[in-house]
Amino acid sequence: MSVTIKDVEHISDLARLEFSEQEKEKFTHQLNDILKYVEKLNELDTSNVEPLSHVIELQNIFRADKVKPSIPTEEALKNAPAKTEEFFKVPKVIG
Amino acid sequence: MTNDKHEAVIGLEVHAQLRTETKAFCGCTTKFGNAPNSNVCPVCLGMPGVLPVLNKKVVDFTIRMGLATHCSVASKSVFARKNYFYPDLPKGYQISQYEEPMCQHGYVDIEMEDGASKRIGITRIHMEEDAGKSIHDLDVDTLVDVNRCGVPLIEIVSEPDIRTPHEAYQYLYAIKQLVTYLDICDGNMEEGSLRCDANVSVRLKGVEKFGTKTEVKNMNSFRHVERALEYEIQRQIELIEDGGNVVQETLLWDANKNVAVPMRSKEEAHDYRYFPEPDLVPVLVSEEWINEVKKILPELPKERRNRFIRNFGLPKYDAEVITAEKPVADYFENAASHLSQKNSDTYKSVSNWVMTDVLRVVNERHIAVNDFPVLPEHLSAMINFIIEGTISGKIAKDVFEEMLKTGEEPKAIIERKGLMQVSDASVIEKAVDDVLARNAEQVEKYRGGKTQVFGFFIGETMKATKGKANPKLVNEILKKKLAG
Repeated sequence: MSVTIKDVEHISDLARLEFSEQEKEKFTHQLNDILKYVEKLNELDTSNVEPLSHVIELQNIFRADKVKPSIPTEEALKNAPAKTEEFFKVPKVIG
Repeated sequence: MTNDKHEAVIGLEVHAQLRTETKAFCGCTTKFGNAPNSNVCPVCLGMPGVLPVLNKKVVDFTIRMGLATHCSVASKSVFARKNYFYPDLPKGYQISQYEEPMCQHGYVDIEMEDGASKRIGITRIHMEEDAGKSIHDLDVDTLVDVNRCGVPLIEIVSEPDIRTPHEAYQYLYAIKQLVTYLDICDGNMEEGSLRCDANVSVRLKGVEKFGTKTEVKNMNSFRHVERALEYEIQRQIELIEDGGNVVQETLLWDANKNVAVPMRSKEEAHDYRYFPEPDLVPVLVSEEWINEVKKILPELPKERRNRFIRNFGLPKYDAEVITAEKPVADYFENAASHLSQKNSDTYKSVSNWVMTDVLRVVNERHIAVNDFPVLPEHLSAMINFIIEGTISGKIAKDVFEEMLKTGEEPKAIIERKGLMQVSDASVIEKAVDDVLARNAEQVEKYRGGKTQVFGFFIGETMKATKGKANPKLVNEILKKKLAG
């Protein structure tokens, strides 16, 4: 399985990133190199091994359904590049 | 449908907002209607470096729904990230479940148009978080309120077992009844706490293979679901009949124009790249946990309806109306328990009052049954007065109106207003004598064979006693006096 320039374009599109043709070439190579490196793992027979998504073996970490104070709206909006007094402001989504 | 060559294949995805106090992964309140962007914290704002921690109640509620729909509850389930960009999703992904959902392989029984029962399979029920709200009605910008971000949802996915819009309606109704009986969601479609998307395709009858499906969204009432499905099924059949092909796409129902409009294909070009959520650990549900939830599982609508028919002798129709909503069923049972005489007649009497008078006012005033001004024990106290002959059914209507206004118990109203039924024969006799003396002409008519004027005398006597005379006695005394 190898990554094509089309895959890079698709992924960058999903990530809302824009690259030059040169960069796309570069990332195609780099991604293929990474995949080739990881490919080594396929030499192992893992048919009887449960997939592991956490390295720490914890389970059932819960909180009680108790309200904690939220932060002030002003704080919440602090980092927003565009805002009104109460809302985040973004370019129009639906035309 | 209007075409008997084709049949529709429908599967529904229902999202139910869980009635927890706090969000799924942080302690912010889920309270509706607070100022925009005030129920937020670094976790639900999607700040870097924060750690979501699961609200245990979300798991409890999901198990409840799983049990109520006969699902198997997974001993292990995990969360996944569903990645997409949208302004109302600050993290850039929604925490959901993908490969190992909480509940799978259940069913709900619905009633079809011919009254027969049909089983609709449930593929899965999984936990996830809600997104925020975008407000598009400004000219230039879109405004975003993330208060709803992180509010817990369950998504209930049905098997493609539904064949008609009516079945879809019934299924959705059954889901709504269940979530409200279980007290895990308020079930309000108009306010968005219950949402429904549909996958629809059509095929020739007898053909096993599914046709190409479309997804219909934005149906925010039960009526809209039925109408949108009727529309979309008709559209697909006509398309196929004309030799065309259905294109797989997402359509938005426009309730004002009664049409489903395709979303622009760019908006639906999704590739969610699900992967296990590294910030949340697996949820392991033991047998003991499931049994604990089982223990507090309330009686469900179908069982309750059947019990009302069996134990109270209510007609099926009454039982259905009264158990449609849990608070109404609770009100009825509470009232029934306070009756002085308990038999199918008196239960039916309570049922009549609840179905006509209580529900009428509840609907007119748009209030919850729990806030109904007449307490259930007051309603049955009033019915007791009718049974015992203290007041007539007609006077009871006035007592009821007064209870609505003041919230007093019926005894106080009856005493204060002197509404006690008059069963003293001598008093009624005097009233009858007066009526007959005043209406000699009518008396002649009656005695001449025009017995239909009898009702007139009843009316006059009741009027003379301000409606308080015991109707049975009035009847007897009038008959006797008119005869002689």
